[in-house]
Amino acid sequence: MGRTMSEKVWDEHVVRSRAGEPDLLYIDLHLIHEVTSPQAFDGLRLAGRQVRRPDLTLATEDHNVPTVDWDKPIADPVSRTQVETLRRNAEEFGVRLHPLGDVEQGIVHIIGPQLGLSQPGMTIVCGDSHTSTHGAFGAIAFGIGTSEVEHVLATQTLMQAKPKTMAVTINGSLPAGVTAKDMVLTLIAHTGTGGGQGYIVEYRGQAIEELSMEGRMTVCNMSIEWGAKAGMIAPDQTTFDYIEGRPEAPKGADWDAAVAHWKTLVTDADAQFDEEIVLDASEMTPFVTWGTNPGQGVPLGATVPRPEDFEDAQDRVAAEKALQYMALDAGTPMREVKVDTVFVGSCTNGRIEDLRLAAEIIQGHTVAPDTRLLVVPGSVRVRLQAEAEGLDTIFKDAGAEWRGAGCSMCLGMNPDTLAPGERSASTSNRNFEGRQGKGGRTHLVSVPVAAATAVRGTLSSPADLEPVAVGSN
Amino acid sequence: MEKFSSHTGVGVPLRRSNVDTDQIIPAVYLKRVTRDGFEDGLFSAWRNDPTFVLNNEAYAAGSVLVAGPDFGTGSSREHAVWALQNYGFKAVISPRFADIFRGNSGKAGLLAAQVDEKVVQRLWDHLEENPGAVVTVDLESRTVRAGEGPDAIEDSFDIDDYTRWRLLEGLDDVGITLSHADDITSYEAQRPRWKPATIHAG
Ligand code: SF4
Repeated sequence: MGRTMSEKVWDEHVVRSRAGEPDLLYIDLHLIHEVTSPQAFDGLRLAGRQVRRPDLTLATEDHNVPTVDWDKPIADPVSRTQVETLRRNAEEFGVRLHPLGDVEQGIVHIIGPQLGLSQPGMTIVCGDSHTSTHGAFGAIAFGIGTSEVEHVLATQTLMQAKPKTMAVTINGSLPAGVTAKDMVLTLIAHTGTGGGQGYIVEYRGQAIEELSMEGRMTVCNMSIEWGAKAGMIAPDQTTFDYIEGRPEAPKGADWDAAVAHWKTLVTDADAQFDEEIVLDASEMTPFVTWGTNPGQGVPLGATVPRPEDFEDAQDRVAAEKALQYMALDAGTPMREVKVDTVFVGSCTNGRIEDLRLAAEIIQGHTVAPDTRLLVVPGSVRVRLQAEAEGLDTIFKDAGAEWRGAGCSMCLGMNPDTLAPGERSASTSNRNFEGRQGKGGRTHLVSVPVAAATAVRGTLSSPADLEPVAVGSN
Repeated sequence: MEKFSSHTGVGVPLRRSNVDTDQIIPAVYLKRVTRDGFEDGLFSAWRNDPTFVLNNEAYAAGSVLVAGPDFGTGSSREHAVWALQNYGFKAVISPRFADIFRGNSGKAGLLAAQVDEKVVQRLWDHLEENPGAVVTVDLESRTVRAGEGPDAIEDSFDIDDYTRWRLLEGLDDVGITLSHADDITSYEAQRPRWKPATIHAG
């Protein structure tokens, strides 16, 4: 019988396998950041161990770094300690680090692909759950805990039980104005937040093949939000074109050998998945969340649901609690929900393509009077590219705040947070209670919805905007 | 990880059940970036109470904690185990441990010895009547011992074979994997040369 893509990649990385024991898997790339690595390095130190493969390890500072005044000392003492500790550890153990102020600094899941380090057929781990992003390249990529970070540092391997496999097939084409983000939010509302538990998921079908690499990363990024161990997309010409020529991509004969191998990493026609879901992209519309988990979403054109409409008793209770926290009345059209802050950024939607799309929609408009728009590029390279294209000017002219690279308001570990009771439309991935600041209320949205919402001050799509005459620059 | 075969040390009677990880170490102490120094947060809510057992000089140097059932429930924070170890505890005796706590203990080298509830009662009585008395936890023979003469306490404790083996051998997960270092090295020898690297020689 044939094998699925994830089985092929898994098999290529088994160092040791014994019946009744988890497999010992080799790790091709270990990404590190300031928040989940300090105790792992300290564990190494206490045991007198070394980093086995510093050359397969990359560190950056992203989770709690400020997005203003990044050239000044960090004001928050906890952030400063974590960042300084990472710098010391990187130095002591010989790990490559892109610190705040470095041109390659940025969100760990943005810089891996950007440097060309994320490639098909790899195993990639990081002490962060959104490591699933790198699966867009046809890699097995997942988040790990601090003890596992230490294990990978010391051994370049992980003990892992083999997950089950699932195929999510998305047929048809996305209608104009509907994005990868809407696709994945629709999927999560369909499966619930636990639907992917225990599976490595392969996203496939026409709508997936038609996505850019950025869009594929958005889809894989949110795999964890419906519980999947990892998400993957088969490498194809779109993948190869994205990687070719990047700083760490294979060159010359190595490139040819790599591509030849990558082309074999597709699911065989006679392979069996343990589970299969089929959706139709052509029916999808802009999608937004109303609740406090990513599965509580509806089309933008719909209304806030009524708890009594949920068949499952648990869902009903969850909906009641969510509506209370979100201060929403059932039956309210989503388009009437007023938003205080719009956040464009994060490892879900903080890439150059996202910023171009936001700028295109914002251009010629101004941000609504009571609304704040925060645009945070995912990496320094994204910021510089955007500035070279004049996108920053478009944002600033519209009244938006243009920031430095980092996770920022995605998790509110740095000073970019919502005030209690404040409501956001956010292109990030989690709308948990308090995620963006204590008492903050988050609606997950796509980039076009975020941009249109910033202009109108209520949840909106670009179709709701008055047409503007765009100047010639 | 150090090998653990038998340990004798001052026993600390903690007459409480359901000691959760927030009581062992509250979240505000988790900001540290090291794996040591967590002893300052251990049982922090109770340390202000002068009658709390660790505030009694006789028990302050304790290394064997004797607690009530359901020890270590709550969050998965590995810091709870580190805090106990940083303070100086080598073993915790309880009639029942929360699963995650038991797992984390085994990984970090803290012995979690599960005994009958009656044994805990007798140990508590003995340690309270004789402050500063020692308890022996013998992993080879899976027994706990305390006191002498006719009132001596001796009973067996439960621990799964795999964790016992790892503690006896002093093997943490990393240690076990490193015992397969040859497998890792031969795997590395056949990795394709075009696989990416973050650091380049020369
Ligand atoms: S942007 Fe958000 S989700 Fe992504 S790595 Fe940072 S904190 Fe995690």
